[in-house]
Amino acid sequence: MKLTVPLLAITAKLLSGAMLRWHECQPDTCQRVYFANHTSHLDALVLWSSLPGEIRDLTRPVAAKDYWTKTAIRRYIAKQFNALLIDREEIKVHQSPVDLMIREMSYTHSLIVFPEGGRNPGEEMQEFKSGLYYLSKKRPDLELMPVYIDNLNRVLPRGEFLPVPLLSCITIGPPIWLEPKEPKADFLKRARDAVRRLKDV
Amino acid sequence: MPPVYWPSPQMLLFAQFERNIRLDARTNILLFSVMAILLVAYLVGRALRRQPESTANPAVVRTFNLRVRAWAMMCAILIAGFLLDYVATVVLFALVSFWALREFITMTPTRRGDHRTLFWTFFLFTPLQYFLVGVGHEFYGFYTIMIPVYASLFIPARIAISGDPKRFLERVAKIQAGLLICVYALSHAPAVLDLELTTADGKRRVIGMPDAANSQAHQAPPAVQAGQPAVPSPQDLGSNAGLLFFFVLLVQLNDVFQYMWSQLLGRHVIAPQINASRTWEGFIGGVLSTVLVGILLSWATPFGVVWAGPIAAAVAVAGFAGSMTMSGIKRDRGVKDYGTLVSGHAGVLDRIDSICFAAPVFFHITRFFFSNIG
Repeated sequence: MKLTVPLLAITAKLLSGAMLRWHECQPDTCQRVYFANHTSHLDALVLWSSLPGEIRDLTRPVAAKDYWTKTAIRRYIAKQFNALLIDREEIKVHQSPVDLMIREMSYTHSLIVFPEGGRNPGEEMQEFKSGLYYLSKKRPDLELMPVYIDNLNRVLPRGEFLPVPLLSCITIGPPIWLEPKEPKADFLKRARDAVRRLKDV
Repeated sequence: MPPVYWPSPQMLLFAQFERNIRLDARTNILLFSVMAILLVAYLVGRALRRQPESTANPAVVRTFNLRVRAWAMMCAILIAGFLLDYVATVVLFALVSFWALREFITMTPTRRGDHRTLFWTFFLFTPLQYFLVGVGHEFYGFYTIMIPVYASLFIPARIAISGDPKRFLERVAKIQAGLLICVYALSHAPAVLDLELTTADGKRRVIGMPDAANSQAHQAPPAVQAGQPAVPSPQDLGSNAGLLFFFVLLVQLNDVFQYMWSQLLGRHVIAPQINASRTWEGFIGGVLSTVLVGILLSWATPFGVVWAGPIAAAVAVAGFAGSMTMSGIKRDRGVKDYGTLVSGHAGVLDRIDSICFAAPVFFHITRFFFSNIG
């Protein structure tokens, strides 16, 4: 555990050539929700690997249970990077993903989420799912950090298993919060724009 | 019955790994002078940075400091390679190529259908080219055509199989150009280390022997050396390491000279839309200055004073061509530097573009005129 985590992180960083930029914000160990565009299987792994060590230890990527439990290697990787696996097929009423996230993160952990749901097939970002809204409604104290992941879809596109080591870039922008009485659709649009704006900085 | 000796491919390979690069006295002088100059440049840059109110333009100081750092890095890579051995130098150059190709392809838009082709480009052709160079000049016939012929045929075929016809030729050309410039061309630089150098009149020297032993080696087997002048005088010779260092130094100085002459006398810009800072005055002044330095440093090479000049001129022109070509690609992509996407300052490819173009020129001139071929 102690050895494989840095090893995994270094491999992911070397492979993706990822460069992390903090745009108008600073790294901090306070509780945050990093929400990013989703274009590649590597997104969660690379974003998590790029975070500074002490933040990484407190941060858990939220990932799909069906994908990350399929093979032994995926299960192993998911365990190593402390993933919070969400069951996409079977959503129970009293066990909703948002409740699970809030319980699992308690008052120490930060989360990495991909509000688009599935991986984005095209160039344009899809509409955000409402999870981010309900999460910040129940925990309005969380800092919501927009993250734009650039070029990682070329490193490992959908349906490929051999990566091409191009250089990718991760930009983390200034945090947003849910405003009091802000409608769901407005908030989700604002969150999506916050991510999309980072494309050009 | 005596055992039959079969020279297997493995034995051929491991025999190659035992070669060492000889650092002779003159190469050491060259290396230490350059390191001393770099140290002075570093201290000057530091002093300038600490005095913001000085007359120097801060942007120029910053560029100067970044340049010095890049040169120190190049020096470190070359010296580390020389101190280890030939194969280590080849591996270090392979890593530089890999990174440059990474920057090139990152800058160049490819489509989803190119993914598998790119995988083979990075993980088969790049290592294979350097493997062949590392095995040695016996494989010259293969490594000199592997990428221009076989990789160039493989790339369009593999893209065709992936089934995406959109902008087909353009995508093929992008990957071919990247592989040719970043990998194939650059691999000729470490290949210089494996040439059996001779002087202009064809005297043989043996790599890895001190000068005295070298001279004896020429005298000892008369059958091989029949008809050739007996002892090459020490000033005719230089080591391969010194030669590679001489080459890198010339190309880098050529860049500096072209910039300096452009700043001093530049009037006529060659191609404003490609690179607004390259002028005819800078080009001519740069080539002439590089020729002068080539002649002054000819003691580190087997070229002699007479041939060092034309060779330096060829290297300078090729280096200039490299910078112009890479500027053209950058302008097409609308970026200033190859590193911009990732780090905000110039990338590896910006530093080695002129070396990439000059390396094959320098290698082939040296190989045909100053080494024992075959």
